[in-house]
Amino acid sequence: MYQILKQIIKTGIKTETPPQADESMRLIEQRLQQEILQAFGGALAIRMVDAGSCNGCELEIHAVNNAYYNIEGLGIKFVASPRHADLLLVTGPVSRHMEIALKRTYDATPEPKLVVAIGDCGCDGGIFGESYASCGKVSNVIPVDVVVSGCPPTPTAILQGILTAISAGHAAQKTTGPKPK
Amino acid sequence: MPIKHPNLKLTRMTDAVPAWSGNIAPDDLYAICQQVREGGGRLVALWGSDARQQSNAFMLHVTLINESGLVCLNVKLAAEQPVYPDISRIFPAASRMQRAAYDMLGLYAQEGHDHRKWLRHASWHSGSFPLRKDFEQLNQDEKSQSLPPCRGKDRMGVEEVDQLVSDVSTPSLALPLQGGGDGSAGLNDEQDAYPFVQVEGQGVHEIPVGPVHAGIIEPGHFRFSIIGERVLRLEERLGYVHKGIEKRFESMSLQQGAKLVGRVSGDSTVAYAWAYAMAAESIAAVTPPKRALWLRALLLERERVMNHLGDLGYLGNDVALAFGFAQFWILKEQVLRNNAKLFGHRYLMDKIVPGGVKVDFNAESKRIIEEECAMLQREVNTLRGIYEEHSGLQDRFIATGIVTPKLADQLGLCGLAGRASAQAWDARVQFACAPYDKLDVKMATYRNGDVAARAIVRFDELFESLRLQREILANLIYENETATPLEKLPANGFGIGMVEGWRGEVMVAIHTDAEGNLTRVHPHDPSWQNWPLLEHAVIDNIVPDFPLINKSFNLSYSGQDL
Repeated sequence: MYQILKQIIKTGIKTETPPQADESMRLIEQRLQQEILQAFGGALAIRMVDAGSCNGCELEIHAVNNAYYNIEGLGIKFVASPRHADLLLVTGPVSRHMEIALKRTYDATPEPKLVVAIGDCGCDGGIFGESYASCGKVSNVIPVDVVVSGCPPTPTAILQGILTAISAGHAAQKTTGPKPK
Repeated sequence: MPIKHPNLKLTRMTDAVPAWSGNIAPDDLYAICQQVREGGGRLVALWGSDARQQSNAFMLHVTLINESGLVCLNVKLAAEQPVYPDISRIFPAASRMQRAAYDMLGLYAQEGHDHRKWLRHASWHSGSFPLRKDFEQLNQDEKSQSLPPCRGKDRMGVEEVDQLVSDVSTPSLALPLQGGGDGSAGLNDEQDAYPFVQVEGQGVHEIPVGPVHAGIIEPGHFRFSIIGERVLRLEERLGYVHKGIEKRFESMSLQQGAKLVGRVSGDSTVAYAWAYAMAAESIAAVTPPKRALWLRALLLERERVMNHLGDLGYLGNDVALAFGFAQFWILKEQVLRNNAKLFGHRYLMDKIVPGGVKVDFNAESKRIIEEECAMLQREVNTLRGIYEEHSGLQDRFIATGIVTPKLADQLGLCGLAGRASAQAWDARVQFACAPYDKLDVKMATYRNGDVAARAIVRFDELFESLRLQREILANLIYENETATPLEKLPANGFGIGMVEGWRGEVMVAIHTDAEGNLTRVHPHDPSWQNWPLLEHAVIDNIVPDFPLINKSFNLSYSGQDL
C-alpha cells in the first residue's frame, strides 16, 4: 500500500485542459434543447460500438480514458448497455455482419440520443469502402450527429467530437458545454 | 531442407526468413502434415486462391513451420471439384481456417469433422464465394437478392428489439443481441442461424454475450454454458468484423496494399507492414538498406512495448486495481507521444513500405528514445514490484485461465500466450531475419499457462524490448541510405513474410498475376491459432473471470475476421 501511495504522489496530476467544441465536425444541426444539453454536459453516458473497425480507433478511445485526457473528470463515462447511454460512439466501417447489431443498439438507446462516428472509416468508409462485406460509413446505417476524422483520430479529436455533440451548435454557443477545469 | 518427402520438391523462397515452397498433389498433403507434426512442427496458416484463369484450378496453400524454417505447400485442386483431405485431425488449429477457406472460396475439406460456416454470416449466400474471381460478376446478376442495401428502411421494428434485447446487469458481461440460438428475429437472423453446440443437463443454462460487448472491445459472440458460476463450455462465434479485406487487396496497387495491410489489425500495424514488405521484397528479390532494417526493428519493438504497457494496465484494471491502469497508461501515452513526435504517427502506421521505411531519424531522436527507455525501465520495475506484492491481484491472476503446456502443444497455441505455456517459439530467435540476427533476442517463456504467466511474459518481453531498442540505437547508421522503393512486382510471383509481432507470428502471403498486380494477398494473424485455446482456458473458471482471461490473451477480432 505504501508503494502504491508513494507512486501516486510521485506521478502527480497529468490531466490536461480539454479541447473546445468544433462546429466543423457537426454533420447535422443540433436537435436537442438547451436544457437537455446542459444535463448531458454534467454527466454524459457513452456506449461504444465497434461496428467493424481495425481496432486502431479503439486504441485511441481507450487512451481518452487515460490520465492525460481524463474523460471521466469531465463527467463523461463509458457504460455497459445502450439502455444507460445518451451517446453512441461508433467506429466503422460498418461491416454487413454488424449492421443489424448496430441498428439494434441504436434502437435500444433511449431518446434523446446522439451519435458520434469515429475515424476515417466511420466518416466515409475509409480504406475499406463499400463492398459485399462493408456498408461503408456509419451514417449509411444510423443517423450521425458528429464525425471525427483521422486514422485513427487523436484522443484530443475524439474528446472534441464528443464535446461538440453536446454543445448547442450555432444557436447558443457561448452558454453551453461543460466548463473546462 | 526442412521436409523430406519423395513427392515434394522444395525451392527456397526468401532470404529474410528461411522459407521454402513446393507443389504437391492433394493425396500427399495428409502424410506430409503428419510428418511435420511428428517432427514437432506446427501449422502457421492455411488459405486458398483462385487460379482458374492461369491453370484451370484452385490452389490450397498450407504453411508449416519446424525448427529449420517455413514450408509453404501449394496444393492444386480440380476446378470442378475443389476438395482436399482434412488436416484438422493433425493440426486442430486448421479447422477454422478450413471452414474460412470454404466460405471464401468453396474449397472443401473432405472428412472434416466441422463444416459449419465460419466467416460467412448473412451478407452473402452459401454457394457464393467472395474470393472467386467471378464473384462480382455473379453478384451483379442477382444483386437484389444477394445483397440487401444497407440504407433505406429499417428491417427491425422497435417492439422486436424490446423482445430481443434484455439487459444483463453484471457489468462485466455484455448485452445479448441474439436470442437463445433460435435465430427467430428476422430475415437476416434466419439466414444467419448458427448451430451452437448445446450442453444439456439439470441446472445448465446459457449466457449469450455479444456481438456488441460491454466495454471498448471489438465485436464477437460468446456462448457460455454454465452451471451456477462455473463455465462448462464456451463457444466463440466470430466473423462480425469481416469487411472484405482480402477481396479489397485484389483491386489495389502494391502501395495501396501496404496501407491496407497496416489496418488488418490496428494494434499490430508495424508487424503487418513489415511482413507485407518482406513478402513483396522476396518476390522482387531486393534487400532493403541496412538502415531501413534497423529502423523496422526499432518500430516493431516500440509496438511491442506500447501494447504490453496497455495490456498490463488493463490486467490490473480487470482485477479492480485501477491504479495499474492509470499508471501503465500514463507510460503508454508517453511512448505514443514520442512516436508522434519522432515518426509522425502515434501507432506508427504507414511507416514501413515495400523497399524501405518512411521515417527520419537523427541524433536528437536517439536521445529521446534513450531517455524514454531509461524512464520505462525504472517505472515498470517499480510497478512490477507493486503487482507482484499485491495479494488481491495475485489471487486473481494465479491459477486463472490455465492452458497446460501439453494442451498448448496439442492445439498449436502460439506467440505470447504460447510462450506463457512453454511453447518456445519466437521468430526473432529461431528464424532471426536481419537485424535480429545481430541482436541475440532472449526469449521469455514460462510454464504455468495462467493469467499470471501471461503477465510475467509481458513484463519480461517489455524489458527485453527496451534492451533491444538501446542495442538498435547503438547500431543505427544515421546517414540516409538511398532506399530502393518498390514500384511494381514481377509477374506470377509468390512470396511470404513472417514477423514476430507483439501477439505472435504475423504472416503475409502475396501472389501476383501475369501483369505483376496483386491477385491474392493473405494476411494471417496469430489469433487464428489462439482463439480456440481461449475456449479451453475458460473451462471450470467462474464467469466473472472471463474478461480477465480474455484480456490476458488479448486476441484480435479484426485480424481473424478479415
